[in-house]
Amino acid sequence: MSVAAFISSLFLFVLSETGEAAKSASFETLMPSLYVFALAAFLGYQVISRVPPLLHTPLMSATNAISAISVVGAIVTAGAHYNMVAKVLGLTAVISASINVVGGFMITDRMLKMFREKIGGEEPKKELKKGA
Amino acid sequence: MKFNYFIELAYLLASILFIFGLKGLSNPKTARNGMNMAAAGMLVAVVGTLFNAEIVSYELIIIGLIVGSLIGAAMSIWMPMTAMPQRTALSHAFGALAASLVGISEYYRYAVDLQEPISSFKMTALGFEVLFGSLTVTGSLLAFAKLQEMMRGTPITYKGQNVLNVSLFILAAVIFIYLIFDPTQSTLFYVMVGLSFLFGILLVLPIGAADMPVVMALMNSYAGLASAATGFAIGNNVLIIAGTLDGFSGFILSILMCKAMNRSITNVLFGAFGSPVEDTSTAVQGVMREVSAEDVAMQLAYARQVVFVPGYGMATAQAQHAVRELGESLEHRGVIVKYAIHPVAGRMPGHMNVLLAEANVPYSALYELEQINPEMGATDVCVVIGANDVVNPDARDNPTSPIAGMPIIEVDKSHSVIVLKRGKGKGFSGIENPLFFKQNTGMLYGDAKASLTKLSQAVLQS
Repeated sequence: MSVAAFISSLFLFVLSETGEAAKSASFETLMPSLYVFALAAFLGYQVISRVPPLLHTPLMSATNAISAISVVGAIVTAGAHYNMVAKVLGLTAVISASINVVGGFMITDRMLKMFREKIGGEEPKKELKKGA
Repeated sequence: MKFNYFIELAYLLASILFIFGLKGLSNPKTARNGMNMAAAGMLVAVVGTLFNAEIVSYELIIIGLIVGSLIGAAMSIWMPMTAMPQRTALSHAFGALAASLVGISEYYRYAVDLQEPISSFKMTALGFEVLFGSLTVTGSLLAFAKLQEMMRGTPITYKGQNVLNVSLFILAAVIFIYLIFDPTQSTLFYVMVGLSFLFGILLVLPIGAADMPVVMALMNSYAGLASAATGFAIGNNVLIIAGTLDGFSGFILSILMCKAMNRSITNVLFGAFGSPVEDTSTAVQGVMREVSAEDVAMQLAYARQVVFVPGYGMATAQAQHAVRELGESLEHRGVIVKYAIHPVAGRMPGHMNVLLAEANVPYSALYELEQINPEMGATDVCVVIGANDVVNPDARDNPTSPIAGMPIIEVDKSHSVIVLKRGKGKGFSGIENPLFFKQNTGMLYGDAKASLTKLSQAVLQS
């Protein structure tokens, strides 16, 4: 067995373990979640401190789009065999989260393609006329 | 809940793509690629979720995805760049709404459908989710109303405001703790949701328009934390990761914004800054010297280095294109043109950079506060466009000024300053600005866009 296969099967084993534990919501579920939270926080701090002030507005709309990942929870709520109230709440949540997913990524891209280092670089002429 | 390897691996891939995406933002050259990766990650996560075994019908999901995508796309295509702060405030509200609705429906499902007790752990996560979520929804909507100028931007204060806010917060917290021990009290749960909706409004009411960058960053953070709490509640790691990244991004930004104003977060939230406070600024003597566009144009045309300092006034006048035109015609004459961007200029972090980029100003011409200040002595003319507090020398010289200690762009150290201003009144914060009374300062009154266009024409003719 190659090392890579071993590591990935180990990883799957760990995943399945945490998956089993999800049934009995308890300390065993909390711990892996807390690990993920702590590591993501550390990573987030490292990655985001490197974003220059120049790009702070795109950063805000980008992180906003990314945190609309709650669409994933909303989808399950809207589609699962739950009662009507839960489903309607889920539908509303799917709508508002997907507004952010699509709108957030599109407007971030619209902003980012306007940033050019020098005059005459590959520039989008389309944006020139907008809002003038 | 059956464990599905395919879905979990899709989520893992999505998490990795999100992190690479944000890493791309560390440089404008790699930013677009990074964002494409993050968008791909989102697609993978959504497609993966559709295979969830719990889903029995797809009608609502498809309707929701289509309606939401259409609204989102329409908003992002037609929203003018000057309205970026409003759009961002709205999207914080949408994101937080999604998170808190998922939380409420999860609670409702346990209480009504399953008749199953919620574990204390799950209740804690759900509580954080709806608390952060609901207060962000109403807080962001109020911020939106203030930015859109649907209501006045000055702080709204009343007697006992802080006492009311704090006691409301404590009440919500007590209910939350009670629910952790007894999650079956559904009435209390809905009372808590209501309280945090109310708290969001009360929190943003006393915050003035000039402090909006901090509020925007905070709301960004809360919306992210609400998503992360959703992840804890439904046991989903990709939600925890994405939400935490967003939460920390907002947190870092709000700290940066506070530093740029030399104030603490508590001071921003509870200080009701910009309300008609006692005027402690130095009794300003002298008169403001009004100058004509022709004189300014002459001065600019024969300068060696010109620095533009944009503020929120540039955004309201939609003057970014006019600034670029003037800058370009000066560059054709051999003048060195630079743009000085204060971190809190405008209504959200990075607001000015985006507007100037929209007007095709290359980012190599944009300078941060620390980079441009040492060059001020060698600058012939500084043109201040609708900025006020960020160039107020009182922040540096007068320890009793309300903005004492705030880092400023030291335009007063350049040979000559031209201030473009609508009228003679004070700025948003209501603080007198001694810069306007200095000998080497000239005031050019009128709409910023019209003044700048006049200047470019005069420069071309000279």
